[in-house]
Amino acid sequence: MIRLEHLTKHYGSFVAVDDLSLEVPRGVLYGFLGPNGAGKTTTLRIIAGILRPTKGRVFLGGDDVHDRPLSAKSRLGFIPDRPFVYDKLTGAEFLRFVAALYGQEGDAVERRISELLEVFELTAWKDELVEAYSHGMRQKLIISSALIHRPQYIVVDEPMVGLDPKAARLLKDIFRQFVHRGGTVLMSTHTLEVAEAMCDRVAIIQHGKIVAEGTVRELRAQHHAGGGDASLEELFLKLTGGAQVRDLVEVLGDGGERA
Amino acid sequence: MIQPSLWRVLEPKWRTALQKLREERSRGPGRLLILVLAASGFWLGVFGILYRILKYFRGVEDVGPLLAGKILGVVLLAFVGILVLSNVITALSSFFLSKDLDLLLSAPVDWLRLYCAKLGETLLHSSWMVALMAVPIFVAYGVVFRGGPLFVPYAVLTVAPLLVLPAVAGSALTLVLVNIFPARRTRDLLSIVALGAVGVLILLFRLIRPERLASPEGFRNLVEFIAVLRTPTSPYLPSEWAAQAVMGFLRGKIDLLPLALLWSTAGSFVVLGATLHRQLFAPGFTKAQEAAERFVRGTLWRRTVGVMLAFLPVAKREFVIKDVKLFFRDTTQWSQLILLAVLVVVYLFNIKTLPLHRGESVGFFYITLVSFLNLGLAGFVLAAIAARFVFPAVSLEGRHMWLLRSSPLDLRALLWSKYWVGTIPLLALALLLTGLTNVLLQVQPFMMALCLVTIVGLTFAIAALALGFGALFPQFETENAAQIPTSFGGLVYMMAAIAVLAAVIFCLWQGVFQYVRAVYLGRPVVIDAWMIWWFAAAAGLCAGVTAAALRAGLRRMERFEF
Repeated sequence: MIRLEHLTKHYGSFVAVDDLSLEVPRGVLYGFLGPNGAGKTTTLRIIAGILRPTKGRVFLGGDDVHDRPLSAKSRLGFIPDRPFVYDKLTGAEFLRFVAALYGQEGDAVERRISELLEVFELTAWKDELVEAYSHGMRQKLIISSALIHRPQYIVVDEPMVGLDPKAARLLKDIFRQFVHRGGTVLMSTHTLEVAEAMCDRVAIIQHGKIVAEGTVRELRAQHHAGGGDASLEELFLKLTGGAQVRDLVEVLGDGGERA
Repeated sequence: MIQPSLWRVLEPKWRTALQKLREERSRGPGRLLILVLAASGFWLGVFGILYRILKYFRGVEDVGPLLAGKILGVVLLAFVGILVLSNVITALSSFFLSKDLDLLLSAPVDWLRLYCAKLGETLLHSSWMVALMAVPIFVAYGVVFRGGPLFVPYAVLTVAPLLVLPAVAGSALTLVLVNIFPARRTRDLLSIVALGAVGVLILLFRLIRPERLASPEGFRNLVEFIAVLRTPTSPYLPSEWAAQAVMGFLRGKIDLLPLALLWSTAGSFVVLGATLHRQLFAPGFTKAQEAAERFVRGTLWRRTVGVMLAFLPVAKREFVIKDVKLFFRDTTQWSQLILLAVLVVVYLFNIKTLPLHRGESVGFFYITLVSFLNLGLAGFVLAAIAARFVFPAVSLEGRHMWLLRSSPLDLRALLWSKYWVGTIPLLALALLLTGLTNVLLQVQPFMMALCLVTIVGLTFAIAALALGFGALFPQFETENAAQIPTSFGGLVYMMAAIAVLAAVIFCLWQGVFQYVRAVYLGRPVVIDAWMIWWFAAAAGLCAGVTAAALRAGLRRMERFEF
C-alpha cells in the first residue's frame, strides 16, 4: 500500500503540492492525472524519496519514506520522466550497478539482467555505451532498472513517452501482470486513453490538490459528465477547466499559401 | 525574407548569461565581494610583478625597451597559442554540439548569420579569460612607459584582431576535423592533442632552464644577445605585429603598418573562414550527429578493482567501480592526467636543479627550510589537483541523483566511495612528490618522517575539503567536469584549502624551528611537550577539517532537491 498523509510542498512562495492525502491499496494500478504544472511529478518524487516534503508523510507498506528510507526504498521501483543514465556505462553495467544499490549481486542478478534485456529487446545493445542509445532505448533501460530488484511498489512518471507502440504495449502488460500478482503501481500520465484502459482507479490533481478521485465510472457518475458515458478526456477537461478551447483557426492561421 | 539580427540569433545565449548574473546577484554581496577580492588580488599580483620588471628594464639603456618588447611578443604569442587551442575545443561545442543548433538550423536563418553568430560565441567563450589576463599586463606597460589615456583605446584596437584571428583559425580547424572524424571522437582526440601539446611546451620550456640567463656566465654573450633582441622573432606572426604596434606607440614612434596588418588579416581570415563554413558546415554537422560506436566488455575493472574491493559491501564496491569506469572512459577527464604527469616531472626537475648541493656544503638550515617550503608547495599542488578531480565528484552525479536518492543507498556510502576514489590516488601522488623531493634534497630522517606524516594528514583534509565544498556548491547543470572547479565554489574551496595549509604549516614550524635550532647549535634534539603540542595541533587540525568538511557535505547532500 502507498499512503500519502497531508503532503505539502512549497518552492519559496509557490505551493506545488497542497495538503494532498491519498491511499493506493495493494494490487491496484492507480492513475495520477493532471494538467502540466499540477504537481504530479513533485508528488511522485517525494514518494520516491528524492524530494523532502514541506509537511506531511509518505508510507510505503508500513515504512515512512523519510524516517525509514532504506527499508521503504528497498521495495520501490521508480521510473522518472526524463531518462538520465550514466552515458559511459553499458546497458548491462548500468543494470548491474542498480542491482548493487539494492544490495543484490551474483548469478541471480546476471540472469535477471539477461531476462530484462531480452524482454525489452536490448540484448544486442547490452555491451554498448548508453551514450549511443536512443531516447526510447534509455527509457526501456530505466524501466528494466526499476524492475531488477523485483519491487513491491512501482512509482512511474509518464511511462509511455518515447516508447514505440510495441514497447508501450509490453509495458502495459507488465504493469497489469504486476498488479495481478499483488504489486502496486502509481502512474502519472497525460495519455488519457492509457489511463482509461489500464487504471483501476484515478485521481485528478490540479494546483497541487486532488479535485476528483475514484474509478472512471464513479467519476462520471459524480460529475454528471456527458450524460454518464463521457470519455475520461471530457471529464478531465471539465474538471481542470481546459474545456475553454481557444479559437483554433485564429491560432493556426489559414494554413494556405500566402498571396 | 528579412533575416534576424545577430543579436536575435544569439538571444538565448545572452539572456541565459544575464539570468545567471541576476541569480548570482540575488545570492547576496558576499559572493561578489569574494570574487572581486580574488580577481583584484590576482590582477594586482600580475601587475606588481610586471611593473617591477618593466621598471627595471626601462632604466637599462638600449636593451631595456627592446627586452620589454620581446617579452610582450612572447606573452602575446603564448596567448595566441592558448587561444587557438581553446577556440578549437570551444568551436566543437558551439558549432556542432550546442543544444540550440537544432532550432537555428530548422529556422530560416542563412549560413552567414549562423557563422557570424557562432564565431562570436566561440570567440567570447574562449577569449574572456585571456582578455582579462591581458588587462594588468597592458596596464603595467602603459604605466611604466607612460602611454597616457590614449593608450587604452589603442591597446583595445590592437588586441581585438588578435582575438579574432585564433577564433577563425580554431573554428576552421574544427570544421575540417569534424568532416574527417565524428564530432564526439574529435572531442576525444582534441582533448588529448591539446593537453599533450601544452604538456610538451611546459616540459621544453622548463628543460631549457631559462633561469640560467640570470646567472653571471650568461652575460658573456651580451652583444649577441642585443643582436637577437633587435630582430623580430618572425615577421609573419600576428603577435609580433601587435607587440610592434604597442611598443611603437609607447616609445612615441607610432607605426600604423602593424595595426593595418592585424586588421586586414583578421578581416580576410573571417571571409576565408565564412567561405570554408559555407562549403563544409552542412556535411560536418550531419557527421557530428553520428555517435562513435563503442562496444565495451568492461571486465578489466571488475577483475582488478572489483577483486581488490571484494571485502566491501556490494553497493560501495559497485559505486567505486562505476566511478573508476566513468573516469577512464571519458577522454576529457583522464587526458588531464598527461598534464599532471608533466607538472610532476617539472616539479621534481625544479627541486633537482636547486643550487643546494653544488661544491661547498650548504647549510643544514637552508635544506630544512626548502624541505619545509616544499611541503607547503606540495600541499598547494595537491589542493589544485583535488579541485580538478575531487571537487566536481558530487556535481557530476547531479543528473543521476534520481536513481541514487530513490534507491536504498545510504548517502554516507556515496560520500565514502567518492572520498576514497579521490583520496587514494591523491595520497599516492602526495607520498611520491614529498618522498622523492626529500630524497633529492637529502634531508635528515626526522624531516623526512615529519614531511611524510604531514602530507598524509594534509591529503585527507584537502580531499575532504574538496568533496565537502563540491557538495556545498554543486554545479548540477554543467556537464563538463573541467568547468566545475572554475566556479565560485571552486574559488572558495581553494581559499579554504590554502588557509588550512597555512595553519598546518604554522603549527609545524613552531616545532620544527626548535629542532633546527638544536641541530644548528649542536645540541641534542629533544622532543618535548612544546613540540608535541604543536605537532598534535597540526594533526588535530587535519582531522578536524576532514571530519567537519565531510559532515557539512553530507548534511548538504541530504537537503539536495532535484
